[in-house]
Amino acid sequence: MKLALFADIHSNLEAITACLVHAQSLGADRYAFLGDLVGYGADPLAVLDLIEAHAAKGAVVVLGNHDAAAIGRPVDLLSPGAEAAIAWTRAQLGDSQRAFLAGLPLTVRDDNVLFVHASANSPERWTYVSGPKEAEQSIRAGNASYIFCGHVHQPKLYFMGAGGRPMPFEPVPGTPIPTDPHRQWLAIVGSAGQPRDRNNAACYALADFERARLTYFRVPYDYDSTARKIRAAGLPERLARRLERGT
Amino acid sequence: MSPIGPGSEIDGFCLGEIIHAGSMASVYRLMGPEGPLPLIMKIPRLGPGERAVNVIGFEVCRMVLGALPQGTHHPTLVSHGDLESTPYLVMEFIEGPRLHDWVVRAPVTPEEIARLGAAFALALHDLHRQDVVHLDLKPTNVMFRATGEAVLIDFGLARHGHYPDLLAEELRYPVGNWVYMSPEQVLGVRCDPRSDIYALGGILYELATGRQPFGKPRSVAELRRRLYRDPVPPRAIVPTTPEWLQEIVLRCLELDARDRYASADEVAFDLANPSRVVLTERGTRQRRAGWATLLRRRVQARHFKPAPCPPPSTRVGPARIVLVAIAAAQPDEALFEALRAAARRLVAADDQCRIACVTALPPAAALSGARDEDTATGRHIKHLVILRRWARPLQLPEDQVTYHVLESDKPAAALVDYARMNDVDQILIGAPRSGARTRLLPGVSSQVVAEAPCNVTVVRVRTEG
Repeated sequence: MKLALFADIHSNLEAITACLVHAQSLGADRYAFLGDLVGYGADPLAVLDLIEAHAAKGAVVVLGNHDAAAIGRPVDLLSPGAEAAIAWTRAQLGDSQRAFLAGLPLTVRDDNVLFVHASANSPERWTYVSGPKEAEQSIRAGNASYIFCGHVHQPKLYFMGAGGRPMPFEPVPGTPIPTDPHRQWLAIVGSAGQPRDRNNAACYALADFERARLTYFRVPYDYDSTARKIRAAGLPERLARRLERGT
Repeated sequence: MSPIGPGSEIDGFCLGEIIHAGSMASVYRLMGPEGPLPLIMKIPRLGPGERAVNVIGFEVCRMVLGALPQGTHHPTLVSHGDLESTPYLVMEFIEGPRLHDWVVRAPVTPEEIARLGAAFALALHDLHRQDVVHLDLKPTNVMFRATGEAVLIDFGLARHGHYPDLLAEELRYPVGNWVYMSPEQVLGVRCDPRSDIYALGGILYELATGRQPFGKPRSVAELRRRLYRDPVPPRAIVPTTPEWLQEIVLRCLELDARDRYASADEVAFDLANPSRVVLTERGTRQRRAGWATLLRRRVQARHFKPAPCPPPSTRVGPARIVLVAIAAAQPDEALFEALRAAARRLVAADDQCRIACVTALPPAAALSGARDEDTATGRHIKHLVILRRWARPLQLPEDQVTYHVLESDKPAAALVDYARMNDVDQILIGAPRSGARTRLLPGVSSQVVAEAPCNVTVVRVRTEG
C-alpha cells in the first residue's frame, strides 16, 4: 500500500493537481488530505470538489483550522491576510461544500496510524508542532506508530528515541527514509498549497507501508496561474507573492 | 526455535563457519545459495541483557549500507531480515588483510604507511562525498582488497546526512571506539566528516609509533583529556619518522576540526606526495606543549565549542584539486598564459582549491641512452623550474600549489592515472595549436578528455585575425 499524504492545500488547485499526478505516477493507491483544504487561495470550490471525489473513493480527510473558520466555527489566531481570505472563501462556498467540511472529523485512526491536522493532543486547539516538546505531547496523546499531520508548513520528521524524547529530522526530498513501525514517528508532511521554506515547489509525502519507507517530495507547479487567480479575486497581494517566493 | 549456528538456514541462506563473535553481533560465512559475490551474514545480538545500541546499530547499518550504491570502498548489502522477525544483514564478504595486521607490527615504515594511509583516506573520501560519516574507524574496520583499495566496514555507528540519526540521543556515553574518537564526538557531535579524519590521524600515529595517541581511556574523564592534551610528537617516539609524516599525522589530530585537513582526499594527496607536504612547526615538533600552555588549554577546554558541521553535500567541496597539465617540454607562452587565465578563474570562484601543476615526460633513459642519472635529475629539475615559473604569476600561497614531473612513455595515460590516484576534481589542459610544434604530441588532450575520471577543460589560444 502506498499512501500519499497532502496537507495545507489552501485552495491551490494547481499545486494539489501536480502533487496528485506525481503521486499517481509513483503508484499511490491511497490518499489522505490532512486539513486546511481551503483558505488563502482562490480555488476553494474546485479543490473541494476534487477532494470530495477522492473521499467518496475512500480517501482520508480531516478538518483544519482554516476549514473550520470557513464554515463559521470560532477559530483564534488567524492573521489579517488569512481572515480576509476566509471571509472571501465563506462567500464562495455553497451548501454542499459547507456540508462536506462540517462533516469532517478532527482525527482519523486506522490501526496504528493517526491522521490529524495539528497536534494529536487536543486537536481542536490547533497547537503547532513546532519543536520536540510539542511533538512529544502529540506522540504521547496519539498513541500510534505513525502520526501524519500538517498545520506547520515546514516538512519535518520526528522519531521517538529510546530515551523517550522525539528527535527532529529535516527530510531530504526524494530520499526514502526507513520508518520501521517498532518506533513511533510523527511526520509533518509539508504544505502542498503554500510552502514556506523558501522553496516554491509543492510539498507532500508518500508512505510505502510494505517497505516501511516514507519519502518527501517537492513538486514544481504553475504558481504563476495560482498567483494570477489570487490577484484577480482581489485577495491580498501578499498571498500571491508568497507562492512565487515560497515564503 | 533451535539456536542459530553453522548449518542453520535463515530465509534460504545457509550458514557456514562463524568468523566473528563480538559484543554487538555474530558474523557467519554463507555456504549458499550460489551467487556472484561471496557472502557473510551478520546477526545482531538482541534480547534480554543485550544493549539497546545493538538494535540501533543494526538499523543504522542497514539504513546506511542500503543507501550506498555498490562500490569499491564499502561492502555491498545484499539482503536483510526485519527487526520484528529475524534481523540479519547479508553482505559481501571482503577477503583481505585488515589494517590491524599492520598495527600489531608497528612501527611500520613511512613508505608503507603512506601507501596504506592514502588508500584508507581515498576510501574515506568516497564515503564522505556521499554524505556519510563513519564515526567508528579503528584498525579492524579497515580492510584491503587484493587490488590495494581500502574497504571500510561496520557502519553500525555511521551517520548518513539524508537520514535521521537514530543514535543522536542514545548517547549517555560517547559511542564509538574511544581510542580514536575525535574531541567533537566526545562532546556528542555526530555530523562532521573531519571526525573521521581525526580517527585516520590516530591510526596513522599508531602505525608510525606503535602507540595510541591518547592511550586507551577507561573513563569519560580520561577520554576528555584529548580536549586539552596534545599527543607526544611521533618523532619523539620513533626519531626516524619523517617530518612530512609527523606533519600529516598531527594535522589530522588537531583539536579544532577547522585546523585539520578539510577533506580526506587532501590527506591522500599529501601521503601520496610526501615531498609536496608543506612543513610547519607541527612537522618538526620535538615535545608536547609545556605546563603553562597546558594550563591555559585546560581552562579553555571547559568552554570548548566544536566547529559547526559543514553542510551536507558541499562539505567535501572546498578542497577541490585542479590538475593543470603543462607541456613543459614544449613551452608555449601564449598557451601558458591561457592556462593561467583559466586557473585564475577557478581560484577566483573557489579560493580553497589546490592547483597541481603536472607535466609528463618520456623516461630519460629512452632519450639519452646510458647517459646516467645526472641527466635525468637535471631534466627533472629543469621541468620543475618551468612549472614553478608557470605558477608564479598566480601568486598563490605555498600550500595551495604543488608541482609534479611524471615520467612515462604515454603522457596522456600518466596524467589520467595521476588524476585518478589523487582524486583530482578537474583537469585543465592546453589544446595543440595547429601548425605549432605541439603537433608532435598529437592527441594528448583528446586522450585525456576521453579517459579522465573527472571534468576536463581544454584551453585553446585564440588565433588572431
